[in-house]
Amino acid sequence: MKLTLTGNQSNAWGVKLARVQVVAAYPITPQTTIVEELAEFAANGELDTQYIKVESEHSAMAAVIAAENTGVRTYTASSSHGLALMHEMLHWAAGARLPIVMGAVNRAMGPPWNIWADHTDTISQRDTGWMQFYVESNQEVLDTIIQAYKVAESKDVMLPAMAIEDAFILSHTVETVEIPDQELVDEFLPPYDPPEYLNPKDPKGFGSLVMPDFYMEFRYLMYKAQEAARKRIREVTKEYAEIFGRDYHGLVEEYRTEDADVVMVGAGTMISTARDVVDKLRSEGHKIGLVKLRVFRPFPYEEIQEIAKRVEVMGVMDRSFTHGYGGAMFNEVKAAVYNTDARPKMKNYLIGIGGRDVTAKMLEDTFRNALKVREHGLDEEIMWVDLKGGE
Amino acid sequence: MVKTTVPRDEYMMQGHVACQGCGATIAMRYVLKALGDNTIMTIPACCWAVIPGVWPQHSLKVPLLYTAFEVTGAALSGIEAALKAKGQDDEINVLGFAGDGGTADIGLQALSGMAERGTNALYVMYDNEAYMNTGIQRSGSTPFGAWTTTTPVGKKKEWKTEFKKSVAEIMVAHRIPYVATASIAFPEDLYAKVQKAKSIKGPKFIQIFSSCPTGWKHSPDITVEVARKAVLSHMFPLYEVENGVYKISQKPKPIPVKEYLKLQGRFRYLDEEAIEKIQEHVDREWELLLKKEEFTQSL
Repeated sequence: MKLTLTGNQSNAWGVKLARVQVVAAYPITPQTTIVEELAEFAANGELDTQYIKVESEHSAMAAVIAAENTGVRTYTASSSHGLALMHEMLHWAAGARLPIVMGAVNRAMGPPWNIWADHTDTISQRDTGWMQFYVESNQEVLDTIIQAYKVAESKDVMLPAMAIEDAFILSHTVETVEIPDQELVDEFLPPYDPPEYLNPKDPKGFGSLVMPDFYMEFRYLMYKAQEAARKRIREVTKEYAEIFGRDYHGLVEEYRTEDADVVMVGAGTMISTARDVVDKLRSEGHKIGLVKLRVFRPFPYEEIQEIAKRVEVMGVMDRSFTHGYGGAMFNEVKAAVYNTDARPKMKNYLIGIGGRDVTAKMLEDTFRNALKVREHGLDEEIMWVDLKGGE
Repeated sequence: MVKTTVPRDEYMMQGHVACQGCGATIAMRYVLKALGDNTIMTIPACCWAVIPGVWPQHSLKVPLLYTAFEVTGAALSGIEAALKAKGQDDEINVLGFAGDGGTADIGLQALSGMAERGTNALYVMYDNEAYMNTGIQRSGSTPFGAWTTTTPVGKKKEWKTEFKKSVAEIMVAHRIPYVATASIAFPEDLYAKVQKAKSIKGPKFIQIFSSCPTGWKHSPDITVEVARKAVLSHMFPLYEVENGVYKISQKPKPIPVKEYLKLQGRFRYLDEEAIEKIQEHVDREWELLLKKEEFTQSL
């Protein structure tokens, strides 16, 4: 079945197909239409779920943590300030090893107030232990929600995951989306079967005090889980492609990188436009390619290292800024390569921040700038693209 | 042998790590006796987040979800929703057990949300009248006149200068089916109230006065006496509000509040003027409570 859906509707369809048992939600633009759609599904009996209308995002995350600990599949969604308000509980969800899936719709942080696409909100949650999938299309939103549950609920992973979509560019824009058959989804994603849950017949404490003699071991187990997730994401994406015919290539998708001297790395919706820009520059004879950082946590360092060996320049585009230095994606790409023999020049392009439209023209200028780095060497490490008034 | 209505079954075992004479352990013991082991409990940051024991030890016979300071109400809604999804919401009791700071202050929003949503769960606030787990800082539930580490008296006599916030009355304003106050010094009354709460569907709230020898600076062997005198002096009246109808559980001929205050080091700095101010406040609150009982009888 094909439907024309916004990114947020597509997100809700993913949740419906995943047969989520408890949803807790609080409104925030641009996420709200996800949980409105879910409320409609629940009200019409199309989705058999318990819908908790909480009084804040902090409580939304707290409620799904408690529900998930009671042994059911859960979902919530948020953006920007809502995600920031959840921050404490994001740590809790991951530390409690709960495979909660959340729809995160990227929006800038205030002040100044801004409701448009910007990755700062999710990048700021990088260290919470959540897996992060940055998606490119409305179809990928739906497919990623289903995949994320499968990866998150793997016994060797048991970590929460965010399916991350750009505000308005996906959330409120309509595309044709293929809706997978429920039966196939049920086969791909069996009912949640947690190893431990709150059970009066087997009373245990969940999340109790751990002294310094063992706390570190709990964190080490999370480290191992993120490592396992890296492998599971590759497997699950492949399995999904075999069943549903859409391949997202694991953690990183490469586009025309085979003989490239210069690659541009980015995440989210800018990737679609960037594909066209690569085609245009290729037609002019430039050996340029594109790397879509689909998964930021766990960080795909092996894929990045492998690409770095083949190229002379890596331009990393961040739709967020980590105050005090460059963008987080840039710094992580650069760090991943350091202990290898590869030494491509690396340049950071800060682009589309606060919902500034990332146009084909803007990307073309950026890509040509990276081509110049190959010819003339690195001029500056961090460049703000399309900055008004220049420097 | 004295006969009691409280059963001998125990759901709180030896080996917990509470202070000697801890009133909050008595509260937990009786609450669990009334609810039984077919219960799922959640506890936020508070003394009771530590008392059950350090991992991997667990001194309670019920499953327990530890959670963050401000989220007890939200966690109760989450557990209830999951039990509904599993079709077990009619069989398993859902209990939140939180301190006064986690209820009156940082957790008030989530508690209000849980009550407004109609979550079928019992929220117990064990009231030891300050942030005791972090080392005796004043909370919204600390009474006027109390020394705490953040109301340190000093030369300027800066004890707590505000009266205790009534969370029970805030919960009455939510129009939930059952609100009660109880005391560790009156276990049969406490037990009966938890039993009643268990039989009612919807949000229930019980505030249990739980004296704290460490924070209140009294000897651990008079924990129950202190709690009893709080009731007898009308400092902490015992009552219940069922569907808006007030019923005062005990109407003792009051002893002067001074008899209660003088047992505790936290009030030792108070001068006669301050004690008089407390007495007037307590008398006024008692009169208000009597009137609420009278005015709500016809409901």
